[in-house]
Amino acid sequence: MKPIIKLSLAFALIAAAVGARADEVQVAVAANFTAPMKEIAEAFAKATNHKVVAAFGSTGKFYSQIQNGAPFEVLLAADAETPAKLEKEGSAVAGSRFTYAIGKLVLWSAKPDFVDQKGKVLKQGKFEHLSIANPKLAPYGAAGVEAMKKLEVFGALEPKLVQADNIAQAFQFVQSGNAELGFIALSQVYKEGKVADGSAWIVPAKLYSPILQDAVILAKGKDKPAAIALLDFLKGEKARAIITSYGYGL
Amino acid sequence: MGLTAEDWGAIRLTLELASLSTILLLLIGTPIAWWLARSRSWWRRPVAAVVALPLVLPPTVIGFYLLVTMGPNGPLGQLTQALGLGLLPFTFPGLVIGSVIYSMPFVIQPVQNAFQAIGDRPLEVAATLRASPLDTFFTVVLPLARPGYLTAAVLGFAHTVGEFGVVLMLGGNIANRTRVVSIQIYNHVEALEYTQAHWLAGILVVFAFLVLLTLYSLGNRGQVWR
Repeated sequence: MKPIIKLSLAFALIAAAVGARADEVQVAVAANFTAPMKEIAEAFAKATNHKVVAAFGSTGKFYSQIQNGAPFEVLLAADAETPAKLEKEGSAVAGSRFTYAIGKLVLWSAKPDFVDQKGKVLKQGKFEHLSIANPKLAPYGAAGVEAMKKLEVFGALEPKLVQADNIAQAFQFVQSGNAELGFIALSQVYKEGKVADGSAWIVPAKLYSPILQDAVILAKGKDKPAAIALLDFLKGEKARAIITSYGYGL
Repeated sequence: MGLTAEDWGAIRLTLELASLSTILLLLIGTPIAWWLARSRSWWRRPVAAVVALPLVLPPTVIGFYLLVTMGPNGPLGQLTQALGLGLLPFTFPGLVIGSVIYSMPFVIQPVQNAFQAIGDRPLEVAATLRASPLDTFFTVVLPLARPGYLTAAVLGFAHTVGEFGVVLMLGGNIANRTRVVSIQIYNHVEALEYTQAHWLAGILVVFAFLVLLTLYSLGNRGQVWR
């Protein structure tokens, strides 16, 4: 084979590889939405042939990463403020924002019978560590603090708080038993219509401001068919069924 | 200066953690380094490899295993609970244990090198002068190994100050108990408080430079570490 042919063949291969990658959509996903997102990504791939490449983490972290040029095309945030802020700053596509899920806060322990149905365990305070996602960064952490303040136990419990980097780590601290209980997202422990194990108190909605989780197309995903298709898919029947099966409101 | 009370708390905590870990490591590390330097046992090799493991392993591996072993279902966690000490994750003693493991090779290896460099001769001379082995160790070996100890202390201290991953996985981000400087910087950056992050990060850069400068001024006679 002549070198020039070899070279053009190589270029053709690279072009083909790049072309195939165009069907990928880079999504930053709030950690609480990890499990449903995996299921949705599978259904989305089946329905559209687009592939979701997801990163899971805290919304606050994604915000600073996006500001600093992270390659994400879609953000599924754990709040409504971050997508709105990004839109205002021009880092997100105007008009693409919508609420894909309404999060529910739960007080959870890996031990059965540790958390009662009324959350009295918080007032009794018979535990060493209460795990919570960093309230500065994670909406579920902020909601937990808000609920404790409304219940007037925050002052007493503050020394017992262990702050996780995001809601996934908050869950991991409790699940490994290192913290007896913690405020986490219902979606992390909810399977097939109930809390799968341990003991839980679903915190009444009146104790914290609603956790509206908004999705938005980011500047890097503008006019990308896969990004638009993903947001459309999230609004559809199939995705909504998956989302509610994890205990989210809609 | 642009530092908050929380920042100062983090600095104090970091210094306490690094000092305590370094002292513990020098105490624990000396017999291990001595054995590694003098023993002809086959076991010397696997033990040396274990000592060097934290050099190679990502801190997340160390943090993960510590979290699991020190947790309520882990062997160490069950031991500390049986002794009435409670659980170690999210506590200062827990971080000390993590740091001791994390910084172990940085202390043991320079001391071991110093011991090896002494050789047999001074020990034999001391023995002919009827010095007991313990006597020899304190009056002959320790003074001769002084540069090694200095290197070990500086490196152990500095490396503990630079610890991040282990504390992130094990600490729980508690002010004045487990929130060290590296975590505090991370918090500031995450919360977009760049000014405060700059202050602390700048201090660490200057600190690290001074430490290394000291080290290279001390160690210009030989290599610093293997």
